[in-house]
Amino acid sequence: MSTLGLRGEGLHLWRGDRHILRDVSLELRSGEVLQLTGSNGAGKTTLLRTLSGLVYPEEGRVLWAGEDIRKDLRAYHAQLAYVGHEPPLKTDLTPRENLRYWIGVRQRLTASDIDRALDEVGADEWRERAVRTLSAGQRRRVALAGLKLLAAPLWLLDEPTTNLDTAGQELVGRLIEAHAARGGMVIAAVHHELTLPTLVVRHMQLAAS
Amino acid sequence: MTVTRNETVDTATTFNASAATPALAAARLVLARDLRLAFRRPGEMLQPLVFFAIVTTLFPLAITPELSQLRVVAPGVVWVSALLSSLLALEFLYREDAHDGTLEQYALSGQSLTWLLFAKTASHWLLTGLPLAVMAPIAALALGVPVASVTGIVGSVAVGSIALSLIGAIGASLTLGVRRSGVLLSILTLPLAIPVLIFGASATSRAIAGEDYSAPLYLVGAIAVLGITLAPLAAAAAVRISLE
Repeated sequence: MSTLGLRGEGLHLWRGDRHILRDVSLELRSGEVLQLTGSNGAGKTTLLRTLSGLVYPEEGRVLWAGEDIRKDLRAYHAQLAYVGHEPPLKTDLTPRENLRYWIGVRQRLTASDIDRALDEVGADEWRERAVRTLSAGQRRRVALAGLKLLAAPLWLLDEPTTNLDTAGQELVGRLIEAHAARGGMVIAAVHHELTLPTLVVRHMQLAAS
Repeated sequence: MTVTRNETVDTATTFNASAATPALAAARLVLARDLRLAFRRPGEMLQPLVFFAIVTTLFPLAITPELSQLRVVAPGVVWVSALLSSLLALEFLYREDAHDGTLEQYALSGQSLTWLLFAKTASHWLLTGLPLAVMAPIAALALGVPVASVTGIVGSVAVGSIALSLIGAIGASLTLGVRRSGVLLSILTLPLAIPVLIFGASATSRAIAGEDYSAPLYLVGAIAVLGITLAPLAAAAAVRISLE
């Protein structure tokens, strides 16, 4: 059946002699949010990168809509938004230009789409400044605007709330809730509790190796 | 069960995949981004060109100001300087994109990574190879070559630098995981670049002598075509490995 959903089956991954992912299995369906927790070095980022298809697990497989993602990696990536702990921004470009190139490579978008997304993350005059001059929290907000623009059902977020103030953390919560309400899926690696009043968040604890 | 299926249909329409950027438009955006970045900080782009200018002007000082003798070494001087300056420029090809996560996003974009890296290499050539092809005849004229040979020099350096950019793309992608990659990059790239140097310099010296230079130029062209077809594939594979 082609039910939209992500499944990880018995994932094992070694880095040198460290066994980072030990038989990790998970399942996520439309509208669900999964929060990954675990101490530093427990493999949260590695798991996200494995689920994204960037990293090959030694054992196990990842399924999207019932199909192994390796079968058609590009089709899977078109459904996926991955934002790592560093926002993928060029410091010499403005937030607007950054979004135009970063998101534009994937999907068609207009200047007003970009402005609307930047409005939503609370960008004021600084949207015209070079990213080099922005604070870490502002950069994070630009990355969130990018996430908002991407029409991808699956979000893999690595520490999406880093460097954000309280209002920014609530913004992340709102974005995730809106995404889940539209039928999207979110896996987020976060240290502290996400503020999601309307959602039941599933948790997954990764043990340190 | 029926409910789940309805939900699936809704989700599929909410996340409209038909709005995906066509491959050509995606390549144009990659190109536009790189060009804009280069013009926002021109120093990086100028560095290999300044290097080329310095090396070619130092030769007459070191050898002899006698034009008849300089004319003999001109092809070699121009080509060795061009090769070294293109090596110098390679450092910048992927380094920053790897560092700030741009390559990662390219790999996850749903577009062909090979195609996007081809666009990146094209922008690299426009920023380093093409200016070199413009500067080469100026340097050669200063070394006393006849004006009639300018076309041949521009042609051979332009085609040769396409080949060098593509060969360099393989080297640059393979050394992404290495911290101080300069030396390793040169060792990897130079053996592959030697045929370009030999035939490129041969085309240039024939052009200077006023002979037919098409045979060596075609060979350089063949290497460039081979590079266009194979180098982006190899670079994409290497970039994927570096992202693991």
